Amino acid sequence: MTAVHPRPASAGGPGQRARRARSALRTLGFLSPWLIGFCVFFAYPLVSTVYFSFMRYDGFAPPTWVGLKNWTYVFADYPFFWPALRNTLWLVVVMVALRVVFGLGVGLLITKIKTGAGLFRTLFYLPYLAPPVAATVAFVFLLNPGTGPVNTLLARAGLPEPGWFNDPAWSKPSLTLLALWCIGDLMVIFMAALLDVPKEQYEAAELDGAGPWQRFRHVTLPNISPIVLFAAVTGVIATMQYYTEPLVAAKVASGVIGGSGQQFEPGYPDRSTLTVPQTVYNLGFQRFDTGAASVVALVLFALAMVFTALLMRRRSGFMPAED
Amino acid sequence: MTSMTGLTLSAPKERAEAAGARRSARRRAALEWIAVHSLAVAAALFFILPFVFVFLTAVMSDDQALTRDLWPRTWEWGNFATVWNTPGFLTWWRNTLLYAGLGTVLAVASSLPVAYALAKFRFRGRNLAMMLVIAMMMLPPQVVVVPMYLFWAKQLDLAGTLWPLIIPFAFGNAFTIFLLRQFLLTIPKEYTEAARIDGCGELRTLVRIVLPMAKPAIAAVALFHFFYCWNDYFGPQIYASENPAAWTLSYGLESFKGAHQTDWNLTMAATVLVMAPVIIVFFFAQKAFIEGVTLTGVKG
Repeated sequence: MTAVHPRPASAGGPGQRARRARSALRTLGFLSPWLIGFCVFFAYPLVSTVYFSFMRYDGFAPPTWVGLKNWTYVFADYPFFWPALRNTLWLVVVMVALRVVFGLGVGLLITKIKTGAGLFRTLFYLPYLAPPVAATVAFVFLLNPGTGPVNTLLARAGLPEPGWFNDPAWSKPSLTLLALWCIGDLMVIFMAALLDVPKEQYEAAELDGAGPWQRFRHVTLPNISPIVLFAAVTGVIATMQYYTEPLVAAKVASGVIGGSGQQFEPGYPDRSTLTVPQTVYNLGFQRFDTGAASVVALVLFALAMVFTALLMRRRSGFMPAED
Repeated sequence: MTSMTGLTLSAPKERAEAAGARRSARRRAALEWIAVHSLAVAAALFFILPFVFVFLTAVMSDDQALTRDLWPRTWEWGNFATVWNTPGFLTWWRNTLLYAGLGTVLAVASSLPVAYALAKFRFRGRNLAMMLVIAMMMLPPQVVVVPMYLFWAKQLDLAGTLWPLIIPFAFGNAFTIFLLRQFLLTIPKEYTEAARIDGCGELRTLVRIVLPMAKPAIAAVALFHFFYCWNDYFGPQIYASENPAAWTLSYGLESFKGAHQTDWNLTMAATVLVMAPVIIVFFFAQKAFIEGVTLTGVKG
């Protein structure tokens, strides 16, 4: 990482060389915290993960080379890998899509509110602040089939009472509901984008006789499409890491938090809330199978980086500005 | 509105038509007001009712919490005291504050110079460095957790403490670097260049000129980081779960539920006590928050 000077290097005398060296040192100095962090907390563990993916290692006996055994084990024999991948993909498709649509809808609603806009904005934003563990525990309570207020209200209205977090068919929709409740971040981003749409374009469309839907379709959407894409891709990346909510929901709903002698069934009910990041924990910290955990970690890494590359290609704002 | 175009016309018949159009426009506006605000109220119920039900259950008696009642018959404010006095609850508080407080100070202090260099210095490899920052930001923590755990537990013997979570923040945090850089890009070059011409070194420029201008952004970024730590569950689960003395609120809340299987009222009281600080801080720092969210989104 040497400094680049506007003038060609050949023109420099010894004084300039000294200045260049100083400026390179200065850059290095400013970057040094991150350079160390990058090496120790990113590059080293990544390389180490690749290494361990070819090793058999239980954390005690020295690691031994096993070739591709961990890879075949994960893809062919590990019972949680494919269900976890399927669940993660389900969440990536359904949860992210619904969150973007709902976030845009709430953002639009906020921009249209004339009376009490500030109050409504605060109320809509609040759930996003709830710590994920607290929000998940709260939702498992609200939706619990025995005494939960939601099913109580449904029963009073004569409607069917789903099993929510205790029913494999309903557990992911329940998690999606929780994710929609915490829409505050997307709401604010969409709200800012919507307010940036030039007013003249709406006025012009209105003079041309465009109805509300046409105005939305031909003025709003084209203007905010970069933000929609940003929300979708960051949503996908966040969903790849989706860990706390499904795990806590499964633990609380199953009633097994991992006390003495109780074995928690990962992905309760019926593996329906198991996600890929959870399998890293299951393999590495419950089965002490470092090799297989590393394989899943690398799969997760590849997935995350594909979408990150997509994000960087499509969003110039993410890249350094040229000056 | 649309009716305004009719105002310039003056023939009596047309004027009457214009008045009619104006009236219908006003009616449409009124209808739209009603539609928008009913939707807003419905949405507000969706966002707020969960808090309300959690709170109402938190103040129910043990017996009533086992029923399907929605409204507390007696208000058991003592539930909050019971939770507060649970062995460990104060320790979780202290640990969470230590993790979030110290972690945030370290992350902001170590990320600011990096963000400044990425935003204002010209050097070969800057684009690459920026791409690597983004890659680190997007990296799921689970990808590197196995070697990192071995590193902290086997080499440094720090398992069962929160230090493996706090120490890395002294070496820059990718998300913090990214957000601060986004903000620093918006500071005009003229300020830093004027300082340079006056013979100010880069470090002094950063501290004397840039830091005061960046205060709102730093506040937003610090808040974000604080809440990231406050909410973190995976980190404490990996490093602190084996030692209850190192548990945080997020991790402790889950175990609290485990210890009070059927007492939804106490679990909800604990939930309220975990949510409350974040919401109280929000009301004091609302502007910084919203600024921070928009900073993540769009500015480039």
